[in-house]
Amino acid sequence: MTETLHNLYLGFSVALSPGVLLYAFIGCVIGTLVGVLPGVGPLAGISLLLPVSFGLDATSAIVLLAGIYYGAMYGGSTTSILMRIPGEAASVMTCIDGYAMTRKGRAGPALAIAAVGSYVAGTLSIVALMFLAPPLASFALRFGPPEYFALLLLGLLVLAYMSGGSMLKSLAMAALGLFLGMIGIDPMTGFLRFSYGVIELGDGIGIVPVAVGLFGLSEILLTAGQPTASEVVRPRLRELLPSRAEWRDSFWPIGRGTVLGFLVGIIPGSAHIISSFVSYAVERRLSKHSERFGQGAIEGVAGPESANNSATSGAFVPMLALGVPSGPIPAVMIAAMMVHGIAPGPLLIAHQPELFWGFIASMYVGNLVLLILNLPLIGIFINVLRIPYPLLYPAILIFCVLGVYAVNGSVVDLGIMTAMGALGYMLRKFDFETAPVVLGLVLAPMMEMSFRQSLSMSSGSYGIFVNRPIALAMLIVGLALLLLGVVPFVMKRAAWRQRLGFSAQEKESA
Amino acid sequence: MTTDRVSGSVLVLFALAVMWESRLLPLGTFRQPGPAYIPVLLGILLLVFGVSLVLTGGRAPRLSSVSWTEWRHALAILGTSMFSVIAIERLGYRLTVLLVLGFLVKVVERRGWALSLALAFGLSYGSFFLFYTILRVPLPQGPFGF
Repeated sequence: MTETLHNLYLGFSVALSPGVLLYAFIGCVIGTLVGVLPGVGPLAGISLLLPVSFGLDATSAIVLLAGIYYGAMYGGSTTSILMRIPGEAASVMTCIDGYAMTRKGRAGPALAIAAVGSYVAGTLSIVALMFLAPPLASFALRFGPPEYFALLLLGLLVLAYMSGGSMLKSLAMAALGLFLGMIGIDPMTGFLRFSYGVIELGDGIGIVPVAVGLFGLSEILLTAGQPTASEVVRPRLRELLPSRAEWRDSFWPIGRGTVLGFLVGIIPGSAHIISSFVSYAVERRLSKHSERFGQGAIEGVAGPESANNSATSGAFVPMLALGVPSGPIPAVMIAAMMVHGIAPGPLLIAHQPELFWGFIASMYVGNLVLLILNLPLIGIFINVLRIPYPLLYPAILIFCVLGVYAVNGSVVDLGIMTAMGALGYMLRKFDFETAPVVLGLVLAPMMEMSFRQSLSMSSGSYGIFVNRPIALAMLIVGLALLLLGVVPFVMKRAAWRQRLGFSAQEKESA
Repeated sequence: MTTDRVSGSVLVLFALAVMWESRLLPLGTFRQPGPAYIPVLLGILLLVFGVSLVLTGGRAPRLSSVSWTEWRHALAILGTSMFSVIAIERLGYRLTVLLVLGFLVKVVERRGWALSLALAFGLSYGSFFLFYTILRVPLPQGPFGF
């Protein structure tokens, strides 16, 4: 405990130095803007500034990029509540009750609860990250390739089980993503796979072009031609305060959302998106008046918004303690750390204490900055949304092009982005989820490597995955999830997803 | 024909293509996987998922129920995105962005000349100044110095 406090003191002395503080602030502002703009997710924002971060020292770079990540979680809620447009994917559930509250003239309290919930969840989950990451890192020193393989497989299965649509489709998309990750040099034998003479493909397909294409470009393709003339409500500052009853109703959802989000965040997967879905479903089930959900229940804003922020910190646990990217954004952040010669993994905390603790402390500071930034300045950020979409989307397209090109200076990456945009457009038309594709791509190299290394270790015996208790435990959980997903399918019963949150969403969109 | 049956069939074709293309690489053995082992395994998985989708997709929405109202915009945006792939290193960043924005705002969205030109020039030169000059992100310049 004293050691942690001492380390935290070290962290704050790093985080409160003017340079780092400035980058945390810039990251938060850009993150909020990126979160507000539909079609530009945190990943496009991070990739835009990735080349900029190369010129900074490692701590400032990581603080800047993390600021964008959690800033976007705050910003995304604004458009969901006011316009029913999720600024980024994690805010989809906030749209339902948040927008219903706006129609009832309670936009201010919805925004305030979203910001306060995000702040509370953000701060508490950093405390958890602070206490959990170091012991996990020392525990992870016992992890060998079989454990890593089991963990990554578990991550993919959790994502497939938890994501909204059919598990079959999600698994198919995860397999597609894993296949995309096979393109390029095989690290164990040096064979070039599926690169067809394109030199740039030898290095493999980048995460940024795929993710920006699948999430950003496909969003523009889907919405640009739609007649969207939704009106922007601009709340006044004194209308922001929630009533006493609203505070009371939000208290437990914020607490539950925090714990739930953090737990979901730790498992590799598209944590912040899943966590908000699960939190909404849980709140709806626990509520004594579940019929209010979809009609403007503040619990439906408080829970998911807290959960997605908490999941952001949760996602940093495997990234910092294990060096495992828990999604596309941590993967890009790991790449940024590697540019600075830092290898994330179990030894990071011991070898780079000022980076780890400076990062933790800067997240405390960043959350406070965001709370201050979000409530009074909400009116200013909303002005961005007053720009008609026909003028906004060409600019968003340019940001996507700029962000993807800037990372490697490669036109092949732009080509991949365009192809993935078209693929994402078709996939979404046919009701497929795109998140598992990106996660598959992110995890593929590490997963294949650990699989083949495990077999080398055991001279080809597959028993290595079941003889080691940690790996076995993770595989059993994964198998259980797979069975849970298959049983309702076989028994012809509606899945739990339909019975909980999703029925509300369908009703809303109908 | 339902959406799931169509997408399942596409997955099946893709899976077969993956397996066919993997024949060029050494497969290895069950105990010692080679570079083609995991791709073939994924191909088989994709095949299984595709066939399952075809078999179970009878109750999915019909293909004709998918709305394509925005296809003109989508095609125009994809076209400009492809154009930027070809043009960005040949014409330079500013000229490419200028043309992309000019086309989207003036031709696709049918806005006035003044607005189109202001947006195209402002954003192409503005973003270049911010990222290239201030933030020192390397961006390509074309033969005309743009």
